[in-house]
Amino acid sequence: MLIIGEKINSTRKSIDRAVRAKDVEVIREEAQKQLQAGAHMLDVNCGTLDARDEPATMEWLVQTVQEAAGVPLCIDSPNYKALAAGLSVHRGKAMINSISGETERFTNVLPLVKQYGASVVALCMDDRGIPASMEQALEIGTKLVHRLLDAGVPVEDIYFDPLVRSVATNPETVLETLQLMEEMSARFSGLHFVSGLSNVSFGLPERRHLNRAYVVLSMASGLDAVIVDPLDSTLMALVYATETLLNKDRFCMQYIRSYQQGKLKG
Amino acid sequence: MEREKMTELAKALMELNEQKVYQLVGEKLNNGVSPLDILAECNEGMAGVGDLFSQGQYFLSQMLFAAEIFKNVMKQLEAVLPQAQESTGKNKVVIGTVKGDIHDIGKNIVVSLLRGSGFEVIDLGVDVPAEKFVAALQESGAKVLGLSALLNFTYPEMKNVVQAVTDAGLRDQVTIIIGGAPCNEQVRQFAGADYYAEDAVTGVNICKKVYA
Repeated sequence: MLIIGEKINSTRKSIDRAVRAKDVEVIREEAQKQLQAGAHMLDVNCGTLDARDEPATMEWLVQTVQEAAGVPLCIDSPNYKALAAGLSVHRGKAMINSISGETERFTNVLPLVKQYGASVVALCMDDRGIPASMEQALEIGTKLVHRLLDAGVPVEDIYFDPLVRSVATNPETVLETLQLMEEMSARFSGLHFVSGLSNVSFGLPERRHLNRAYVVLSMASGLDAVIVDPLDSTLMALVYATETLLNKDRFCMQYIRSYQQGKLKG
Repeated sequence: MEREKMTELAKALMELNEQKVYQLVGEKLNNGVSPLDILAECNEGMAGVGDLFSQGQYFLSQMLFAAEIFKNVMKQLEAVLPQAQESTGKNKVVIGTVKGDIHDIGKNIVVSLLRGSGFEVIDLGVDVPAEKFVAALQESGAKVLGLSALLNFTYPEMKNVVQAVTDAGLRDQVTIIIGGAPCNEQVRQFAGADYYAEDAVTGVNICKKVYA
């Protein structure tokens, strides 16, 4: 399971402040804490800045986080100029967050994926917006992945995001998401699946329980990457436990190592 | 055995450093180290794994992981062993895990080593009743019987097999060796066996002595 730490995101006030003030210390600490908690990659997002300032800030953010953490980053912006700026200084294989079937986004982001040999989060949506039904989602997703493959992006570099919605507003959303991942996985062997957790529990109390249950369920249907707060130790313990239960943890060694590192206390 | 005094290979196995184990075994084979010496180092590593398990530092799946690595090492060694000596068809050994126990990793290692050393091995498998051992001895005329066990409550069954061999009138023609986790000198005496083999290499050496 690829754990992508979500905490360096300027929608959080402390990060917004740090990014504007170019506060290296705050960013460094956020990066290192997530790594110690078990993150493999870190998402970086400074989307609260003006679009004009975002590229230069993204460049600074990528450099600062990589100096502190030394891991590849998930460069997160709807603004392709910010993606390009971040990629230009990134070391190693980056992940681009994100591309979609929307014409403008697809056209602008695809060249970056190709130029940098990056992996890419592919959102299941197009110019019509987020699909209204499971059938439409499958159609949009299939088309999007085909377009990426046709452009020469290796299937292993595509992280398909089924775009789960709030279960409060769309009670069928999780069941449909699970089905979508299973169908897509049958159509595209080697395709990865990624999801964030901010949507599913939106509008409900004690959201962490819904988020954690969603991750566990989704893993059984193929989710193999997740953008999360790795400092949620209960969530992380559940991820390790679920991988073990799904026979994705040879001789339970990851689970045992996590135990030895004191990471299963959550 | 203290960790510092272990050989690099034994330590790598104990620490379940899988790729390093295969790499070291490969290097040793290339450098002409005898498979038996390599096996002795691996035994030491396996003993270390057993100790860690007894101390509660290792968990069940880690024991199985160690066994898996060991099995793969045996495959590496077997590729070399058969060329060491062709089976003469004369030096026969009957072997099996006694009734009430189904563990066979240790027994299989002994079988591989014996075959690699030119013995013809009649392997009766696991959960073998006494009369089956006797029948195999009568049929093959083997002069050595190896009894294996992992579970510690099986030693009365070992005595039972020795008694059956005696009752069949074969006791003075057959050397009986016991081996496996519960075996020690006390168990050997209790069972009335001739030898107890602490590890696979010792067992093979006893067989060689019998047929020398």
